[in-house]
Amino acid sequence: MSQTISPQCETCPVHHAGNLIKLGVNMDSWDYVVALAGNPNTGKSTVFNALTGLRQHTGNWPGKTVTRAEGGFVYHDKRYKLVDLPGTYSLLSTSTDEEVARNFILFGKPDVTVIVVDATRLERNLNLVLQVLEITDRAVVCLNLIDEARRHQLNVDDRTLAKELGVPVVPAAARQGEGMAALLGTIDEVAGGQIVCKPHRIKSESRQVRAALEALVKMIQERFPGLSNARWVALRLLEGDHHVIEALRSGALGDLGQEKSVGQVAA
Amino acid sequence: MKKQAVQAEEILNSANKLRWQIGDQFHDSLMESIYRDAERISQTVVNKKDEKPRFNWDRTLDRILTSRVVGLPVMMLLLALVFWITIAGANVPSGMIASVLIDKVHPILKDAASVLPWWMSGLLVDGVYLAAAWVISVMLPPMAIFFPMFTLLEDFGYLPRVAFNLDNLFRKSGAHGKQALTMSMGYGCNAAGIVATRIIDSPRERLIAIITNNFALCNGRWPTQILIASLFIGSLAPPALAGLVSAGAVMAVTLLGILLTFATSWALSRTILRGEASTFSLELPPYRPPRILQTLYTSLIDRTIFVLWRAVVFAVPAGAVIWLISNIKIGDLSIAAHIINLFDPFGLFIGLNGVILLAYIIAIPANEIVIPTILMLTVLSLHMAGVGEGAGVMFELQNSDAYMRLFNAGGWTLLTAINLMLFSLVHNPCSTTLYTIYKETKSAKWTAISAFLPIIMGLLLCFFVAQIWRLVQGMG
Repeated sequence: MSQTISPQCETCPVHHAGNLIKLGVNMDSWDYVVALAGNPNTGKSTVFNALTGLRQHTGNWPGKTVTRAEGGFVYHDKRYKLVDLPGTYSLLSTSTDEEVARNFILFGKPDVTVIVVDATRLERNLNLVLQVLEITDRAVVCLNLIDEARRHQLNVDDRTLAKELGVPVVPAAARQGEGMAALLGTIDEVAGGQIVCKPHRIKSESRQVRAALEALVKMIQERFPGLSNARWVALRLLEGDHHVIEALRSGALGDLGQEKSVGQVAA
Repeated sequence: MKKQAVQAEEILNSANKLRWQIGDQFHDSLMESIYRDAERISQTVVNKKDEKPRFNWDRTLDRILTSRVVGLPVMMLLLALVFWITIAGANVPSGMIASVLIDKVHPILKDAASVLPWWMSGLLVDGVYLAAAWVISVMLPPMAIFFPMFTLLEDFGYLPRVAFNLDNLFRKSGAHGKQALTMSMGYGCNAAGIVATRIIDSPRERLIAIITNNFALCNGRWPTQILIASLFIGSLAPPALAGLVSAGAVMAVTLLGILLTFATSWALSRTILRGEASTFSLELPPYRPPRILQTLYTSLIDRTIFVLWRAVVFAVPAGAVIWLISNIKIGDLSIAAHIINLFDPFGLFIGLNGVILLAYIIAIPANEIVIPTILMLTVLSLHMAGVGEGAGVMFELQNSDAYMRLFNAGGWTLLTAINLMLFSLVHNPCSTTLYTIYKETKSAKWTAISAFLPIIMGLLLCFFVAQIWRLVQGMG
C-alpha cells in the first residue's frame, strides 16, 4: 500500500487488467485460500463479486448468504480461491448459517482472512474483528461502505485503525468498485508474507485463566495434532459449550481441521 | 479409539476443574474486554464532523415504512402496485411472444415434421414444442417485470422493514420474526425460501417456517392467479377498472396466503411444534439507492432465465405425457378422458372439476404448467371442434373471449375460478420444493407433513367455499 492510486484509476478496468484475471468458479488448484468474513450485510458478497467476476445474488438484508460460495482469481501469477461466508456477529454463535462461517474461519485454515466491516457501524463490527484477530495472524480489514460513512459525515481514520488492530486496513466502497485494487494488492502481500501482521490481542486474561488455557491447549493438541485453533477450543471448553464438548467426545473436532469438512457442514 | 475416548474425558475433566477454579465470571469478563477494546478503538478512529446534519432520509423513510399505523397499509399498497404493474405490463408482450411462437413458428414446425410419422410429429410438435412455447409466452413477461421490481425493493433495503412490520404478528403466532424474510424469498421460489430458513436458529421455528413457506405464492403460481383473475374477476368490472380489480383479486389471494401462514404457524406451535417464540435482533440496514443496471442483470439472468429454464425443462415431459394420455385410447375414450370422468364427481362436489384435479397431478413437477394443462384437457374432454389444433394439443387462444367461450363450454362458473385460485394457493409444494425440504430437514416425516397438510387444507377450503356459495345462491 505504498503507492496511492487515484480513484479514477481504481475503477478503470485497464488499471489492474494486467494483474487480475477473474476466474469465476473455474478453480481446480490454488496457491492461497482467502476467506471473506464479517458482520451480516456489510457487503461481503459484493466484494466477492468484484474480485471473482461472479454474480452472486446480493441483497440489502442481513442473512442473504446462508451457505458459503467459492470463486477464484489470479493475481500476480498466484491463484487465489475466495470463499464468501455467511455473515456472523460473533464466533460464539450457534445458528446453522453462522456455524458455516465460524467453522471455516476457525478450522478451514484460510491463508488470509478478509474481514469486511461496515464503516458506519464500526464499533459493533470491531467486536467480530477482535475475535477473529484472536485466532489468526494473517488478516486484512476491508473498511467497506466508506461512501455511506462520508454521506453521514463520518470520518474514519484508517491508518490509526490499522495501527490499533495491527493488520492492514483498506478503505473501500465495493458497490462502486472503489478500493478493490488496493484490497487485492494487500491480500497478495499478506498471503506472500511481505506484510507481517501483529494483530491486536485481548490483554485482560488473568494469570489464572492463562495458566488454565495453556494446560488445556496442551492436552487438546495431544489428542488432535494439527488442529488449527486449539486455544479457541480450550476457551469454549472452559465456557462449557455443548457443541464443542460433543465434537470433542465424538472426535468430530479433528475432522473440522480438514478442508472438506466445512462443505459437509454447509451441505 | 479407546485411548482417544479416555483422552477426551480427561480433557473434559480438567476443563471442568479449571472452570471451577477461574470462576464463572470468565466468559463475561472476556466479552467485556472485547467490547471495551472495540469501543475504545472506534472512539479513537471515528470522527463525526460537527456539521448540522442534512435532512436524514433514512430516519424519515423509516418513520413511514415501519410506522405502527401506516407501515402495514403502505406495505400492502406497494405490493398491490407491484402486482398491478406486472399484470398491466405483461399482457401485451405475452400476446406478442405467443403470436410468434404459436401462430407463426408452430405451423412451420408442423410442416417440417410432416415427413415424420404422425405420432412422432404430434408428440414432438403438438406436445413438447407447444408446452414449452406456452410456458415461455405466459411466464417470461410477468417474471421479467416482477423479479426486477422485487429485487429493486430488496436492494433498496425494504425487506428487513417488512420483517420488522410483521414481527409482532409472527411472534403472536408462535413463529420466528425472520420468517417474514423467508416468506419473501418464497414469493420468488419456495425452494429458495426453504433454503433461506437457515437464518432461523431454533429448529422448531425453522420447521414452522419450512411448512408454511408454501403459502407464499411462488412464480410458478403467479401466472395462474393473474390469468384467472383477469379473465373471471376483472371482467366483472367496467373495462377501465379491470386491471385494478384483477390486481385486487391477486392481492386478496396473497393476503389470504399471509393469513394462512399466521394461522398455520399458530396451530403448529400449539400442537406438534409446541414452544415459545425466541427473541432475536434484526438490523435495519440503511436504505441504499438500488443499482438499476446490476439489478436488471442479476434478476433477469439469474432469476428469470433460471426459473424459466426450469419451467421449460418440466413442461417438455409434461407436454409429452398430456399428448400421450389424450391420444392413447382404452375402449372408446382416451386415458385422460377416463381419469377426468373418474375425478369429476369429487371435483364438482368441492367446486372444482376433474380436469383441474388431473392437471394438478400432471403439474406436480412444476406449478407453471397448470393452466396450459387445464386448457388442453378441457378441449379434449369436450371434443370441441375448431378450437386449438386437435386432440392433445396445448395452445394459446387468441383473446380472452376465446378463453371464456372455452371455460363456459367446460361448465366453469365464477365459483370454479375462485376455487382454482384458492387451490393454486393452498396445495402441495412442487417436487423441487419437496426435495429441498427433505434435504434441509433430512426427515421423511416433515416432508410428508409439508406435502399433505396444504392438500388437506386446500380441499377443505374449496369444499367450504363451494358449500357457502351454493347456500347463498340457493337463497338468492
